[in-house]
Amino acid sequence: MSLLRIVLAGEGGQGVQSIAEILAEAAYNENKQALYIPNFGLEQRGGVSIAFIQFSDQRIGAPKFNKGDVVIALSERAIPRTAHYSGPETLFVYDASIQVDEDLLPKQAKKIIPIAALDTANNKLHPRVFNVIIMGAVIGLTGAVSFESAKTALEHKLAAKFEKDPSLRDLNFEALELGRYMAEESLKEGAEANA
Amino acid sequence: MMAAPAVPKSWYLPSKPHKFCPGCGHGIVLKALGEVIDELDIQNDTIFGCDIGCSLLSWDFFNCDSTQTHHGRTTPVMVGIKRARPELVCIGYMGDGGGYSIGSQHLLNSAVRNEKITLILVNNTNYGMTGGQMAPTTLPGQKTETSPFGRDPQLTGYPTMGPEFLAELTSEGAFIARATVSKYRQLKKHLKNAIINQMEGNGFSFVEVLSTCPTNWKTNAQQTWAFLEDQMEKQFPVGEFKSPWGKGVK
Amino acid sequence: MGKIIGEPKKAFITGNEAVAWACLVSGAEIMFGYPITPQNEVMHYWTRLAPKYDRRFLQTEDELSAGFTTCGAVQSGVKAFTATAGPGNVLMQEPFGMAEAMRLPLVAMIQQRGGPSSGTVIYSQQEVTLTTFGGNGEGHRIVYSTSGHQEIYDYLIKAFNVAWKYRFPVFVLGDGYQAKMREPLEMYDPEDHGIELVKPYPLIGLGGKIGEEREPSHLCNIYSMEEELYDVVMKMAAEYEAITPQLMEWEEEFCEDADILIVSHGVVARAAYDAVKALRSQGIKAAYFRPISLRPFPAQQLRDAIAKSGAKKMLVAESAYGQFERLLKQEIYGETIKIEHLFMPGVGIIDYDVIEKVKSIL
Repeated sequence: MSLLRIVLAGEGGQGVQSIAEILAEAAYNENKQALYIPNFGLEQRGGVSIAFIQFSDQRIGAPKFNKGDVVIALSERAIPRTAHYSGPETLFVYDASIQVDEDLLPKQAKKIIPIAALDTANNKLHPRVFNVIIMGAVIGLTGAVSFESAKTALEHKLAAKFEKDPSLRDLNFEALELGRYMAEESLKEGAEANA
Repeated sequence: MMAAPAVPKSWYLPSKPHKFCPGCGHGIVLKALGEVIDELDIQNDTIFGCDIGCSLLSWDFFNCDSTQTHHGRTTPVMVGIKRARPELVCIGYMGDGGGYSIGSQHLLNSAVRNEKITLILVNNTNYGMTGGQMAPTTLPGQKTETSPFGRDPQLTGYPTMGPEFLAELTSEGAFIARATVSKYRQLKKHLKNAIINQMEGNGFSFVEVLSTCPTNWKTNAQQTWAFLEDQMEKQFPVGEFKSPWGKGVK
Repeated sequence: MGKIIGEPKKAFITGNEAVAWACLVSGAEIMFGYPITPQNEVMHYWTRLAPKYDRRFLQTEDELSAGFTTCGAVQSGVKAFTATAGPGNVLMQEPFGMAEAMRLPLVAMIQQRGGPSSGTVIYSQQEVTLTTFGGNGEGHRIVYSTSGHQEIYDYLIKAFNVAWKYRFPVFVLGDGYQAKMREPLEMYDPEDHGIELVKPYPLIGLGGKIGEEREPSHLCNIYSMEEELYDVVMKMAAEYEAITPQLMEWEEEFCEDADILIVSHGVVARAAYDAVKALRSQGIKAAYFRPISLRPFPAQQLRDAIAKSGAKKMLVAESAYGQFERLLKQEIYGETIKIEHLFMPGVGIIDYDVIEKVKSIL
């Protein structure tokens, strides 16, 4: 695979860094090159939390980049904070529950995609798996890692919790699947609209 | 022919006569320390660390391994050695400026951590090596090069009372005392206890020693002794402030 | 010492964790440290790993103390290290100076953050001057600037060996990105890789009966005569210069034929390398040169690269306002190649930045 660059941004506590780490680890376990770096300035306390992830078959260069292939903003504040990472080839994704100020959306994007992740989490699954839906969406949009290795990495990361409450495993895997499905559908919608 | 005066076995003779000024108290402290090293038979296990300032002149005073450090930094160097090689007997030697001023954070924190080291702090109420400036221990009203009209406590506070605050800070096992070069037997007893306490692994050990500095005090022999006994010893009470054994056991 | 890693093991970890593992396999017995971002996790990992292998840790009252306790520990013959950044690196210049003066085999990991002052807690390459020439001395120290986790691991192992072999303090210069990012590396036991670990030895606390079997070891750090100090510093300089050829570390590519030579160090070199490849693919003859050892600086190697490439221009790229460029310029004094620069103090440099800059100056 050629170089794939992803930006994930949200509020502290939305679990952005956790899924970034799991995705990067899943790619690493597939023997891909992966590099993940969180933003860790003072603003990590009470600010927008951003994760930069890169996947490649080859050695990865600089830890950060100026344009992502996929940029996902999960809160209102995260949209203007990440808009400049969106270029002509970028899929810019935001949560459909956000009341979007159109002016703040990126000027450049291949496609701007609202995904109803928060709503799905709250109404269909459980609020705590919101981030796993997003993780599924990343896979659906990019194929960065296989669904199976994502499940394995998730299992590895959450082993202790799954052990305590096995129903969490099904919940998380369902969230991952739903996220992927919603993302794939959103790409199809675009294709139809363009056609 | 007169017999040579007895010197401690642990003294390093090529470095004698020593380099301290006439009338300086350092020689008395180092004589007592040498006798203690002999009596405890720790010459081969001792690491003697000396600060910058007049205490520096003691660098090669003993026939023991030694190291020079930086001003105020003897305490952490001794901590590093002791943490790395607990079997060694680490003795840090410093002045009042090094211990109570520039190195005070190290003194305070190593005391709180109950580091198993022995620190000897020589208090002569001024910075001797640099030419007699005001020290944390300068007495109220005392003239120095940087307090030429006398130390004004309204401007610069009162003298630092080291053993007093260290006794409060330290936990069980610490040994804290103040001695004076005018009371040799007591001085030697405190130094000995401060080293035994380290060897027993009880805790932090500290002895402040009141000492003389006629060069910077600009005093003759009589005035020097009078300043030590009449003024310093009134400001700085000598004795044991904390001991793991209870008073007078050792 | 039993094997810590055993079979070489792939890992996907942060740079700070790589530091802890590298120091462990290098035989470090004790770490002294004081909290400062972005190196904190070195201590976090070390304090969890160390007890399993009978190693020790002390959190000191400040960086002065962390540096001086490290000096004390290595004097007593034990492999010891510390890690710091930014204002902590400023404070540690005092103990690092003592290590330089007394030729103490101290090892320190520097994870650069933004400056001046408290700057940012994130990333920069602004501790180059401080780490190479900090203190009131002559820069008789060894500094390796790493570009990623494998190098952090490899060069820390080398740092302990070089420190104890030559008795100069050794610094591994990383940065906030390398500290905090996760990427793959291979961890191994050095001796399985044919790297013999240099054994530590005491400078004081030598054992034996003093006065009968040996003389006392009096370690000197201050001299009463200017001539005495002169002799000490000149001897140190001569010894440093004598070992310099063995210490040079650098990387180069496409230097046989180029119009422009791109020089960078540390993590920026990753972007520079990608930029050079991209420029080549666009028909622009760019070459890549990267000093890994900043002290000593591979000056002759850079001069050779200039000569053989035939490049008329050099681009120096760094996340600082010219600290690396100053170092470089003094080392290649007399070369007539035109030097351009891309200075981005405190922010990351990506291949795009380098490519754009090259296009603007060619």
